[in-house]
Amino acid sequence: MANEMPLWEVFIRPRNGLSHKHCGSIHAADEVMALQAARDVYTRRGEGNSIWVVLSSAITASDPDQAGENFEPGEKIYRHPTFYEIPEEVGNM
Amino acid sequence: MYSQGLIGADGSTGETPEFLEAFQKRIDAEEKIEPNDAMPEGYRRTLIRQIGQHAHSEIVGMLPEGNWITRAPSLRRKAALLAKVQDEGGHGLYLYAAAETLGVSREEMTEELHSGKAKYSSIFNYPTLTWADIGAIGWLVDGAAIMNQIPLCRCSFGPYARAMIRVCKEESFHQRQGYEIMMELAGGTPEQKEMAQDALNRWWWPSIMMFGPHDADSQHSDQSMAWKIKRFSNDELRQKFIDATVPQAEFIGLKMPDPDLTWNEEKGGYDHGPIDWDEFWRVVKGHGPMARDRIRDRRKAWEDGAWVREAALAHAEKRRARKIAAE
Repeated sequence: MANEMPLWEVFIRPRNGLSHKHCGSIHAADEVMALQAARDVYTRRGEGNSIWVVLSSAITASDPDQAGENFEPGEKIYRHPTFYEIPEEVGNM
Repeated sequence: MYSQGLIGADGSTGETPEFLEAFQKRIDAEEKIEPNDAMPEGYRRTLIRQIGQHAHSEIVGMLPEGNWITRAPSLRRKAALLAKVQDEGGHGLYLYAAAETLGVSREEMTEELHSGKAKYSSIFNYPTLTWADIGAIGWLVDGAAIMNQIPLCRCSFGPYARAMIRVCKEESFHQRQGYEIMMELAGGTPEQKEMAQDALNRWWWPSIMMFGPHDADSQHSDQSMAWKIKRFSNDELRQKFIDATVPQAEFIGLKMPDPDLTWNEEKGGYDHGPIDWDEFWRVVKGHGPMARDRIRDRRKAWEDGAWVREAALAHAEKRRARKIAAE
């Protein structure tokens, strides 16, 4: 089993106007067969109108241990609209 | 399938108490665990085993039903059965993909199935003798699977939970097509009704065994419950299934093959007769009537497909080389 089938991540766009969303993975020898396999496995009931396949090995992921960096910047409250005081008379803004 | 995946699971784990406590806190807060997150080895091992066995069950489950595709009684039934068997293949693939995120390869899992090291649901080691068995499998086996799988949609491991949501959406057609087959046979000629009753007689007990041993005898449930891999106990799910299914049998005039089955007003559910656990363990350990055939058929499919996999890889390699040469 030296020749393992490459692994591909599958992304599907449910309909135009929405983003492609990750839905799983499949094994295939190349990108043409990967697309065909993704269609057979992940879109048997019209789940999407567009499929992306990406070699899993081509994805660089962030380290979950570093997730703390994605913090809500407590001291930068001026990034939020409620930081600014607008008189009520001005109305909705 | 499913809760049987925990049989023999070893949840023992060697991390520090602080690590385990922090992990348990995330679980208790209903946070999902994703593949790259730190997790106890026991959690990883339990899931690889359970998801792998679940995937194998879907794939082996194609065999008993595939047996009737060419002999389905009408084009309508044939098209539905073909679509159902294709779904089972798809479910197996969603689940293999989920297991692979935990660091096990597809080749390893396939190898474990073929060598007999990995188990699959005992239910698929029974033969499909008549067309009514296809009805009974859809109604009872898929019905029991749905009972098991709905709580798995809330499993703490993200990829497994997401795969189960897709599976559950598709599974409902399976159960309905099975019940419809049974309903039609039960309302047909006396011979057809007898065929339906015979299928129910043979599939009822194996179906309720699918939920696994009684809670008191289920060794590995506590840890899996604490880790929220499992949400309900074997007996709770079995009870739900029985309470839902008995009225469905009565509605089409079939009789459950359990003389002790009685409504218990106090608990608001049915009491059932004793389950033959000796038979259950025999079948789990691979002595079911069809066990050898199932693995032989899987191996044959794998070996017969080897040239296709090799050719596909060779073709991909050739295209890659050509592309590089053209650049």
